[in-house]
Amino acid sequence: MPSSTCELPLVLAPRAEYLLRIADSALIHAQRLCEWCGHGPVLEEDIALSNVALDLLGQARALLTHAGRELDRDEDQLAFLRDERGFRNLTLLERPLRRGGDFADTVLRNLLLATWLGQLWRRLQRSADAEVAAIAAKAVKESRYHEQHAGEWVVRLGDGTAESAARMQAALDRAWPDVAEMFEADAVDAAAVASGLGPSRAELRDDCMAAWRGCFAEALLKVPADTAFRSTGTRGLHSEHLGPLLAEMQVLQRGFPGGVW
Amino acid sequence: MRGSEVTSREQAAWHVLRALPDPEVPVISLVELGIVRGVRLRDDGGMEVVLTPTYSGCPATEAIERSVRDALDEAGLGPVDIVLQRAPAWTTDWISGEGRAKLLQYGIAPSGRCAVAADQPIRFHATPAVGCPRCGSARTQRLSAFGSTPCKSLYRCLACAEPFEFFKPI
Repeated sequence: MPSSTCELPLVLAPRAEYLLRIADSALIHAQRLCEWCGHGPVLEEDIALSNVALDLLGQARALLTHAGRELDRDEDQLAFLRDERGFRNLTLLERPLRRGGDFADTVLRNLLLATWLGQLWRRLQRSADAEVAAIAAKAVKESRYHEQHAGEWVVRLGDGTAESAARMQAALDRAWPDVAEMFEADAVDAAAVASGLGPSRAELRDDCMAAWRGCFAEALLKVPADTAFRSTGTRGLHSEHLGPLLAEMQVLQRGFPGGVW
Repeated sequence: MRGSEVTSREQAAWHVLRALPDPEVPVISLVELGIVRGVRLRDDGGMEVVLTPTYSGCPATEAIERSVRDALDEAGLGPVDIVLQRAPAWTTDWISGEGRAKLLQYGIAPSGRCAVAADQPIRFHATPAVGCPRCGSARTQRLSAFGSTPCKSLYRCLACAEPFEFFKPI
């Protein structure tokens, strides 16, 4: 029977920090995408968003299970019993998506994450950790499919009507300050590079920017100017939006501690 | 254990697995789908079946594990341990020729050999040309990038007007 709490130190070993940043980013975006289930603008997109969420959830599960071995926690404990402060996802991904957002936010965020994860998985295939390399080899193909699909929406809306173009650009402008965190390397990244676990986030920047510039050019969107703002979700310091998301995601385990199917 | 005995137990296991349908696409077997990567006999007499999941989040993975264990137990070949092996990653290239023919017959267009190299740049709004599994026409159109299961997308034929599914190449 799983325990009903998952108390972990505020700062974990660099290896666990590194893996949780990726796993939690996939998990939190999957949870946000679930809000679309049954609410997609068209049936095909409803199915698409759920499928993308499913792939991300699978990737998150594999990484949480792997990271959990050293933390002596299983995937469920890590997903459902950690408090807000214990999550290491990118802040961008916890911000409201369907509720209080625009469909343009959804397609853009799908693109941003798919490109970022794709570049990360590509490099993680060469991880010194064989399990991480194996997870990455599978996930890299899924991210590519997500990136293609999301990019097609960004192009369609950006190079669409005056209304869709304005809303696509607004979504990009809204997201951009949070994008900096995707490339903001710290000691955890340095440790991952030193141990051969994986790349520094800073290393992903050029390839991600090249992919986005190509897509945004096709979509007739302007890349916003960089700002000095730095979000800090990957260090466990979150916006006001993660708490309510967790309340929904964790309600069953919180209400029925240790409950299993 | 004698060598011939080992071989025959392995062969018996393969025989059972070749008849075991995929839960989502029951027209093809798990072996034809290419997810059974190996059958091993351990020194202690136990049997290990190595499975490679199709997609990270494929919800059928657990059902597949169960059906493999149940079928081998029923055939008296247990106890069986399932080993999930992620690397090398499953690809549609592993679907056997026989499996492809059965998919086509069933109305699902099988993917061609996986031509898209991971390092090629992504081209938006460029969908693969897929032949209609019913009438063979090349005049088809993608309706939905995602389909009823993680491994398929949805097309329609502009010649015979029938919808059909396409196994996404990965």
